[in-house]
Amino acid sequence: MSEPDADTDSDGGRYHLRLYVAGQTPKSLAAMANLRCVCEEHLAGRYDVEVIDLLLNPKLAAGDQILAIPTLIRRLPAPLKRIIGDLSNTDKVLVGLDVRPRGGGS
Amino acid sequence: MLDNLLARAALPKAPTGISGFDDITFGGLPAGRPTLICGAAGSGKTLFGITFLVHGAVQFNEPGVFISFEERAEDLTANVASLGYNLDGLVAEGKIAIDYVRVERSEIEESGEYDLEGLFVRLGFAVDSIGAKRVVLDTIETLFSGLSDTALVRSELRRLFGWLKDRGLTAVITGERGEGQYTRLGLEEYISDCVVLLDNRVQDQITTRRLRVVKYRGSAHGTNEYPFLIDEDGVSVLPITAAGLIHGVSTDVVSSGVPAMDAMLGAGGFYSGSSVLLSGLAGTGKTTLSAILADAACNRGERCLFFVFEESADQICRNTRSMGLDLQKHIDSGKLRFEAARPSLYGLETHLARMHRDLVRFKPHVVVIDPISALRGPAVEVQSTLLRMVDLLKSRGITAVFTSLQNDGGLTDGADPALSSLMDTWIKLVDMEANGEMNRVLYVIKSRGMSHSNQFREYRMTNAGVEIIAPYIGPEGVLTGTARVTQVARKYAAQLRRRQDAEQRQNELHRRRGVMESQIAEMRGALEAQEQEASRLLAEDDAREVALETDRAAVAARRGDTE
Repeated sequence: MSEPDADTDSDGGRYHLRLYVAGQTPKSLAAMANLRCVCEEHLAGRYDVEVIDLLLNPKLAAGDQILAIPTLIRRLPAPLKRIIGDLSNTDKVLVGLDVRPRGGGS
Repeated sequence: MLDNLLARAALPKAPTGISGFDDITFGGLPAGRPTLICGAAGSGKTLFGITFLVHGAVQFNEPGVFISFEERAEDLTANVASLGYNLDGLVAEGKIAIDYVRVERSEIEESGEYDLEGLFVRLGFAVDSIGAKRVVLDTIETLFSGLSDTALVRSELRRLFGWLKDRGLTAVITGERGEGQYTRLGLEEYISDCVVLLDNRVQDQITTRRLRVVKYRGSAHGTNEYPFLIDEDGVSVLPITAAGLIHGVSTDVVSSGVPAMDAMLGAGGFYSGSSVLLSGLAGTGKTTLSAILADAACNRGERCLFFVFEESADQICRNTRSMGLDLQKHIDSGKLRFEAARPSLYGLETHLARMHRDLVRFKPHVVVIDPISALRGPAVEVQSTLLRMVDLLKSRGITAVFTSLQNDGGLTDGADPALSSLMDTWIKLVDMEANGEMNRVLYVIKSRGMSHSNQFREYRMTNAGVEIIAPYIGPEGVLTGTARVTQVARKYAAQLRRRQDAEQRQNELHRRRGVMESQIAEMRGALEAQEQEASRLLAEDDAREVALETDRAAVAARRGDTE
């Protein structure tokens, strides 16, 4: 579900996200759906998402220190951010991605 | 008994290769099941785990996976390199896989439900990539601090241990020691097959590592606390049990190296495999006598292990060289080994543990412990240590010589009665003060099973070794030193005088005999003269009788009557 869009910002403002799942579990499916909603709403046009299924590529798990499933990694912008869970708590996702400052409102 | 237990143990075991541990667990950890190793920080949990994996990979052809939650793989490799483990090499050979799982709460934002499938994936991948049979999780409790959902972590751990069992993996899970329970977070709740407790106790500023198998479902195991060692030779556990008095005994006799002492002992030396105590004050020659004994053993071609607590090996070699002993020769030929350590360097248990390890490795025939009195500690502990030490040596049939420095010169006081009753032979070295000089005297207090000498013997240390001098016991007791020398001179003079007297008496007798004999000859001469006279008279009488008869016949013929 990569969605590179023509954006006003240069690459510096782009979000490179990577979502790790393990098979098509309810939690994984929920995470994908929730991520799409959040991104579309808050990062429209300036993100791309790579979904990695660890059941297919188990050796990728160690590289990004994946422990919990699902895990969302913000690879860019630096620093690396890590959010675990099905991303159902949108506020925490936004805080975790630094889209919204910690404790701030929308 | 061990064989019985082994025969009964249907439970398959995965040997750890840790010397001693496999003995107390009768084979190792439960194969295909998780084992919990718990202990406080620095108690050696990680090293135990690494050792389990390395031995598995090297000795038992069982590859292993190390999942580290605390140390990075590089740090781990560096840390165990000092034990002689080449983790990098084993990783390159595909015998060990190391995965560092980083759990840092501050870096993790939680949003919604999750599980720990990622850990399972990583573990599964690592296991599959090398065909692992063994797994170490060190320290899995880190998960609790990294993730907020404790209930989830618990259920995932339960699932993990189930998963490990399903895969038939022999797993070691380390856990931090907690108050009132084995682990801080109650891991023992999930891992109930085998729990091993590591302990690192400090007493009187001396640390002793101990290990205890708390439980082992489905198997017999040693229940005591056993000291264990972590040193340059890796981890070793020391199953030192008082195995009862069922030592095989020997009637072979080994020489003490001093012929006169062998003679004093009656049987011509010590029984092979017996315990000998040499006690005496400073400077009585305990170490020297031990060194002579060691030298004699090495000359017989036996191996001798010399534990020294107060001197260095070089010092002993130098000092005994002045007596004509060349111990260096035996060291070079590998028959003699010195193990020198300060008594305060380790706790009693650790000393014992090291000793045990050295005995197993060096397999000596003769062991010298010099001096045993250097081992200080609470009386109960010292005694139990000595008891086990004696036991350890006896059960292996090793002739053991202990030296003990005594504080007072009494015969039976001063020496630890418990120690002396453990000994088969007790030789006491005493300084005797008399006439302004100190002389060394030795005495065999006891020697079980031998009709040993009951005498004090003076001995001297000369540049040709130890010389035991024939006893001189005068009316005032044993005489030593110059007193002995003068007494011997006096005795010699008296002897001379007695001999002269006897000769004189002999001469007198001789003279009298001469006189008597000449008198006898004179009397015999007189008697003979008388006898000759008597026989002459008798002959005259006879002749006269014949003449009378002849005369009477002639007269009758002349008368003419014939009758």
